[in-house]
Amino acid sequence: MITWPNFVSQLFNGLASGALLALISCGLTIIYGTLGVLNLAHGAMFMLGGYAGYVAFQATGSYVVAVAFGALFLVVVGAVIERVVIRQFYDRPPEDQILVTFGIGIVIVELVRLGFGSLTKTVPPPSWAAGVTPMGFLIYPTYRIVVLAIAAAALAALYIVLYRTRLGMIVRAGIEDSGMVGMLGINVYRVFMLVFGVGAMAAGFAGIVNAPVVSLTPDLGESILVQTFVVVVIGGVGSFPGAILGGLIAGEILSLTSMVNPAYSEVMLFVVMTLVLLLRPQGLLGLKGRA
Amino acid sequence: MRRHIPLLVEALTAIGLIATPFVVPHLGFAPDTVNQILTWGLFGIGFDLLYGYTGLLSFGQSAFFGTGGFVAAYLLTNNLMANVPLALLIGIVGAAVAGVAVGVIALRRTGIYFAMITVAIAETFFFLENSPLSAWTGGENGLPGVPTPTFHLFGLTWAVGTGWSMYWFLAACYFIGIVVALRIVRSPVGAILIAIRDNPLRARAVGHAIGLYKLAAFVVAAAYAGFAGGLLGVMQGFMPPDAFTFDTSGQLVMQTVIGGGATLFGPLLGAAVWLYLRDFLQAVVGLGAAWKLVLGLVFVLLVTFLRRGLIGGLVDAVALLRGRARPAEAEGDAPAISTEPPPLASIARRRRQDDAFTGPVLEARGLTKTYGGIAANRDIDFTVTAGELRAVIGPNGAGKSTFFKMLTCEVPPSAGTIRFHGRDITGLDVSRVCQMGLTKSYQVNQLFARQTVAQNVMVAALAERRGIFRLDLLRSIRSVRGLQAQVEQTLAMVGLAARAEVPVAELAYGEKRRLEIALALAASPSLLLLDEPLAGMSPRERVETVQLLKNIRRGRTLIVVEHDMDAVFELAERITVLHEGRKLAEGTPEEIQRNSFVQDAYLGGVAAE
Repeated sequence: MITWPNFVSQLFNGLASGALLALISCGLTIIYGTLGVLNLAHGAMFMLGGYAGYVAFQATGSYVVAVAFGALFLVVVGAVIERVVIRQFYDRPPEDQILVTFGIGIVIVELVRLGFGSLTKTVPPPSWAAGVTPMGFLIYPTYRIVVLAIAAAALAALYIVLYRTRLGMIVRAGIEDSGMVGMLGINVYRVFMLVFGVGAMAAGFAGIVNAPVVSLTPDLGESILVQTFVVVVIGGVGSFPGAILGGLIAGEILSLTSMVNPAYSEVMLFVVMTLVLLLRPQGLLGLKGRA
Repeated sequence: MRRHIPLLVEALTAIGLIATPFVVPHLGFAPDTVNQILTWGLFGIGFDLLYGYTGLLSFGQSAFFGTGGFVAAYLLTNNLMANVPLALLIGIVGAAVAGVAVGVIALRRTGIYFAMITVAIAETFFFLENSPLSAWTGGENGLPGVPTPTFHLFGLTWAVGTGWSMYWFLAACYFIGIVVALRIVRSPVGAILIAIRDNPLRARAVGHAIGLYKLAAFVVAAAYAGFAGGLLGVMQGFMPPDAFTFDTSGQLVMQTVIGGGATLFGPLLGAAVWLYLRDFLQAVVGLGAAWKLVLGLVFVLLVTFLRRGLIGGLVDAVALLRGRARPAEAEGDAPAISTEPPPLASIARRRRQDDAFTGPVLEARGLTKTYGGIAANRDIDFTVTAGELRAVIGPNGAGKSTFFKMLTCEVPPSAGTIRFHGRDITGLDVSRVCQMGLTKSYQVNQLFARQTVAQNVMVAALAERRGIFRLDLLRSIRSVRGLQAQVEQTLAMVGLAARAEVPVAELAYGEKRRLEIALALAASPSLLLLDEPLAGMSPRERVETVQLLKNIRRGRTLIVVEHDMDAVFELAERITVLHEGRKLAEGTPEEIQRNSFVQDAYLGGVAAE
């Protein structure tokens, strides 16, 4: 039965998961836009963020510490991966970059499986966000509201970094014309390392924020990676606003379809992606002639 | 050249497959493992044609593996059909049909976009199998009870069982798969697929409908996947739903890369390494679930340091041990370009319907190109008559390259029309325009870098011989009528006949420039555009190339963009001067030299140097 409260609460669910997807997709977009590398380990990084947060939570019992640690851990992991592996691949064809990040993703997943086993781990929501909040005619889980707020705040922070800082200027210039940035005397390698770290952080941060909603398993990242691809294809590769719009659209499609029939929610997502590809191959906010 | 032994690879494959049951048990392989390796190897043949040969990295092959498998298994388990080979065949067709549908969507983009879309579409197939179609596919349970085939041949009955009995059936299937794939690789289509991988822009510009060829490769790969998927069900007696998972696609990609792409046998070797290591690490080393971690690390290391996989690495190692035995080609001091022009086309050029047309060869009206608010070309009228050699000159940034790109339909004009032999070609695809007899040599070399000189020219000649698209997948490239003669003749014309078997990477710069022109020539254009043919050449190379231009203009109309004024005034009958995107002047060399506008804008600057 579809009732108004049900519909509105699904609308909120879609908004919350859509905002998270938008955040993850922004990470993918920043990395691709600046470095030209499609990061197939992005889903694994999302999962790794969740586990890093889980470890920190087990040690301290603090949600805030868990989130901070999960995010910072991924900055380091991202920077190290860029320095050790990705840097060998800038001069190689995009297919090679896809292959190596795919391999890195498998290594991350299997390392986590080795360390934590395949059984699920849970991180409870913080005590101040447990329970439900009455919202007029419906009761809604408080933590989901928190997720929405945190994801929105993180997107805003990312926006400020991208549009108001020197690093952001370089990143956006890189998205426009990566060849040019290298000629401007900017130490691109240091920027690239930082960018890969920030991109990984966006995924890892989403992973830990999302952890109290789902149970953690090593394979958690796979479906997220695929959804992220759909988001980016819908929004337009290399477009920061496109990633956000695509994320929200995808979140709503998943959530609203599952209200009617959960079995079709993913299928519906791909139907929409196919429609976008047929009608506007460069994505909703993508520029023609790129990629 | 190495001596060519026909069907050598096929014979060696057959021997290897027959010998396997007598050899590999001693290496610790169980028959079930060998059977799995064969299935993955067959799956990988199609993927190798798609990725190794055509350069299209798909992470969605599970969609077709699963489709073929479930179509065949459904037919066999619901008493709709008892004939296993027929059910497999229908599964292949089903997978190929799915391949057409997916390919049409996914091939709208290339590179990373293509990879992402294939991933997403394959996931759709997985979800469709899992719930909406679970009444037919068994959902999470899959389809149990898939029978094995029974053959009646010459009064004998062979009921395929499990283990080594199943091996012979799978080996026969693999053999069919490899024989067909070898024919595809040796067909004209195979050569074109490699060209698309190495330089899609040029493959299209010499007149191939690369979109259709890519779709063909995609569908062939889907058919192979469907075949292997069907065999998986037959082999296990059960069609598992995880055939549709992303893991399946990923494993296929990894096995192919480990074994070595563009080899056809790489996936088989990769599967053997994969499955052997899995069993070895799990059972002997006792790593348990961590075996995949080791394989992941091996994969990352291979991609980083041994990109061409085990087979590629082996080939390189053998070449290194032989110590680069190839003797340096003796290059005489004689000029490569003869002043005696080689005999004109003795082989029949394909007839074009415009050959009888008598008006201007090319007629552009009001040609305009704007990028954002900036006009690169504005309102250019341009007419060239048959047999003319026209030069287009102008300072850097005058819009010459944009003008050329519009004439060959590489970029559509913002306004204006182009007529070639009286036919409006505005907005046509560059490949179609090339088929009509209008092509260009590029300012920056656009060659097929990993091929030999002769192979490069052959790609262009194939477009001229076979037309824009033809699906002669199983025909030998040697049987294309007049192809060899056309390649030889083109090479002779540009003075590269002695260098035919040399890889492009080993050519001197001047030779590469001449090969660039040869690619355009091999398309037998009636109108040839040359974008700075003398750029970057030494004085001696310039003299040779000017002679070459004099030779090739016989029977052709030429338009040349060039900065070398001596060459321009020596060669051209008429000159068009572009300046700031507009046509500044047009006339004979004498008229241009006297023109005061041109002197102010362009030539004056040169004279003052």
